[in-house]
Amino acid sequence: MEVYILGILLLLSFGIFMVPAKIQYYYTLGLQVILICLTSVLTWQAFGGSEPIQLKILSLPSGDINLVIDKISGFFIFVINLTVLTGALFANGYLAPYRTKKTKTEMAWHFFNFFLLHLSMLMVVLLREGISFLVFWELMSVSTFFLIIFESEQQEIKEAGIKFLIQMHIALAFLLAGFLVSSTFTGQRFGFDSLAAYFGASPVFPVFMLFFIGFGIKAGFIPLHSWLPHAHPAAPSHISGVMSGVMIKMGIYGIIRTLTYIHTELLSVGMLILIISAFSGITGVVIAIVQHDFKRLLAYHSIENIGIIGIGIGIGVIGLAIGNPVLASLGFAGGLLHVLNHSLFKSLLFYSAGSIYQQTHTKNIEQLGGLMKKMPATAVFFLIGAIAISGLPPFNGFISEFLIYSGLFKSLSNNNLLLSFVLLGGIVSLVIIGGLAVYCFTKVFSIIFLGNPRSELTANAHEVKPDMLIPKYLIAFFIVVIGVMPFIVIGPLSAMTNELVGDTSILRQSSISLNYITLSLLILTGLSTALWLLKKRMSRNRAIVVETTWGCGYTGANPAVHQYTATSYADYIARKAKLLVGAKKHFKPLSKDDIFPAPTRFDTHSSDVFEDNLILKPVRKLLAFLERIAVLQTGNIQDYLLYAILFVIFISLITILNII
Amino acid sequence: MGISLLLILLTGLLFPGLVAIVKAKVVGRKGPVILQPLYDFFKLMRKGSVYSVTTGFLFQLAPVIYFSSIFVSLLFLPVGNYRALLSFEGDFVLFAYMLALGRFMMIIAAMDTGSGFEGMGANREAFYSLLAEPAFFTIFGSLALLTGHTSFYDIFTNLYVESVLSYFVAILMIYILFWVSMIENSRLPVDDPKTHLELTMVHEVMVLDHSGFDLALIQMAGYLKFAIFGTLIFNLVLPIQNNFFVQLALFPIVQIIYAVLVGLIESFRARNKMMKNAQWIITLSALSVIVFISILIITGKINI
Repeated sequence: MEVYILGILLLLSFGIFMVPAKIQYYYTLGLQVILICLTSVLTWQAFGGSEPIQLKILSLPSGDINLVIDKISGFFIFVINLTVLTGALFANGYLAPYRTKKTKTEMAWHFFNFFLLHLSMLMVVLLREGISFLVFWELMSVSTFFLIIFESEQQEIKEAGIKFLIQMHIALAFLLAGFLVSSTFTGQRFGFDSLAAYFGASPVFPVFMLFFIGFGIKAGFIPLHSWLPHAHPAAPSHISGVMSGVMIKMGIYGIIRTLTYIHTELLSVGMLILIISAFSGITGVVIAIVQHDFKRLLAYHSIENIGIIGIGIGIGVIGLAIGNPVLASLGFAGGLLHVLNHSLFKSLLFYSAGSIYQQTHTKNIEQLGGLMKKMPATAVFFLIGAIAISGLPPFNGFISEFLIYSGLFKSLSNNNLLLSFVLLGGIVSLVIIGGLAVYCFTKVFSIIFLGNPRSELTANAHEVKPDMLIPKYLIAFFIVVIGVMPFIVIGPLSAMTNELVGDTSILRQSSISLNYITLSLLILTGLSTALWLLKKRMSRNRAIVVETTWGCGYTGANPAVHQYTATSYADYIARKAKLLVGAKKHFKPLSKDDIFPAPTRFDTHSSDVFEDNLILKPVRKLLAFLERIAVLQTGNIQDYLLYAILFVIFISLITILNII
Repeated sequence: MGISLLLILLTGLLFPGLVAIVKAKVVGRKGPVILQPLYDFFKLMRKGSVYSVTTGFLFQLAPVIYFSSIFVSLLFLPVGNYRALLSFEGDFVLFAYMLALGRFMMIIAAMDTGSGFEGMGANREAFYSLLAEPAFFTIFGSLALLTGHTSFYDIFTNLYVESVLSYFVAILMIYILFWVSMIENSRLPVDDPKTHLELTMVHEVMVLDHSGFDLALIQMAGYLKFAIFGTLIFNLVLPIQNNFFVQLALFPIVQIIYAVLVGLIESFRARNKMMKNAQWIITLSALSVIVFISILIITGKINI
């Protein structure tokens, strides 16, 4: 039954091209809502029963292709549906200005790909058979590519899209290799099911590396991340939100799915994941701090959060390896919860960023400022997202980090010395990531929304229409609920970790702590409210004066210029992490004999050292080499005829001489 | 349970006065009465406010949340064997993140004024606290490793002395916590609350535009922060004494020593060069790793 509905939906999706332009959007939304309802029912059933649900979609001579819905798939289905739904709701308002510029077919193509992305992501988490999995994996990449290059008339957007497409195919090659090795060595059917047999009998590490690189490129672990900071800013904001919120999580899903088949060598696998994740987390946020393009900045924060998720998964695997169910349960639970949490606050931040871009037409934070007064609702949503992503209470980011911390601290006293240091390293990197995230988000929130406007671009900005705010209310609701009432997520989380660890008691225990967190947050809210009311009451009969900001008595300052800038805010980090961010300053210092200094300029820019050294430099060298070979390509038809004749002579000679 | 809260609050109210008296005595002045900071607090509370035209409602909300977050983090602290009001596994993580929430709000409030000075202070505050946090977490990680517990109360009541090395570790931890408290409270050598130049301030410059009720809350929050760290240090100093009355007597003594020490350091130490602060703070985190290694030795994981 469900399978037929899926087929009908796929057929109906071609209708997007036929319906009138006005209802294209609603038509797609309708299809997506049906898809969401359908898959949500499956999720509900998966969490209700103990066995995974199987649905046959195709009978082949080599065997059936089934949709398999276990609790992990069910969880990812929920995350996908939630984010795609908010993205689709946000898209209507965000795309409104483009409706006049783009043709009907172009819009239809965009919506069609959005639907395909949704469908393919769902199928990726449902399929276990290799070929169909890879087909939908590929469909996911290709539809994302078309979504990214929505504004393809801009050259850099097209380039970002192509970069994405190429790297996704490198990822695909790694996955294909992984599946091929495991199925040929075991003689089993191509797909995830062959992994169980393979990992049971052969060395785990090499093939796991193939999968880790393949899925890691999608997830954006450093140094596999270089498509990410280009693709996210290039895509329209509702797509950026969906990409960052769920598309990159498909990489995480893949890694978790692969891990479920591994039962040996877990310690080295876990250490690898933990170290790469900690490194990605710290590096991601450090590079984010020096960015001025707010969407690019958010993209680097995706890398940071993938790092946090990876830390959770890494310690989960280590916990399995050393037979420590506390570490394993809390690690996996924290990592998985952070998947959901990140999809919430990151999509909220991207949608807010989209609203800012729509109103000011710039992504450069140095040109913004004072938007809080013009777009108060957007500002509050951005602030909620900023506090949540910094991992601070009372929002959801704190809960997942708290679970990971709990696992780490509780397992410090174990018998393995190396492990103690690794766990301490995990703690310290989480702390540093948290601190740097606070640093980064105080910067970006303040520069965009607080202080005075830094340029004329903000002059005409005003609050976005309600239809762009509704999805943000929805996300903010989830952020607050998970943050303040974390006990509601314990049930589903322990059901999922039970599949990975086979233990539910630990999370039940930690729910006591979570209840105390709720209590503390209630006290915090109560106290704040009481103080606020007291303050209002006390100030009723007092003199409240409005003056200019204190400037040491000097009142002639230019409010737009004499404020702290994003560059100076980031300067501490840019200087300390020179090696990572490659910040360079370009200016000509005044010489001593310049009595009347001429106009001069000063600019700074930073680059991604990993992208520079791992991608750009080798590619440049390769291109230089290929250019040298290209001397043969003269463009003269006579020369090419000569090559052909030489080739024929060469072939005839070696056949005459009996060489071949 | 309430006793610990009461003790900490009492310390918070008396502590700043004591520091001020010590500083005055050192330079030969008579000094204020010990309750002077409290009088200032009530005076400020009753005053009107001046708000900058640039600021919005966040600026007015931030001090309230700042104060509340510090007050809530105070509820997690036990005093000796007196249980904290809120005690659960992993409470020190929430404790540290509560403080961070307050800091976040104060930073954005400072940035809301659109002043270059306040931006500078906010930036420094964000940077220094980020550097100091690993030290705090490493110390409590080490204590969790030593005792096998993850809440303040369980950690402090299960501390034990194993060998001479334990004393060394205790001294080192107190040393680190002491300086972390100075950084958290924006005192010397990182910041000088008595400086008169906006360019060189950290915390003081962040609150330049706050006045009246808001300023009162901010100052009271600062006092409580001192009490928080004083209590943490007391809990470390405390040899395992199950006698409640001995603990009750010991608590004020430790707080007085702490206050005198702060006063003396404020009187005799010069502040660091601004650019050297980062290095100086990171040293504390490095020292905390020594604590961790020593505890590995104490628990017998590293054999020497």
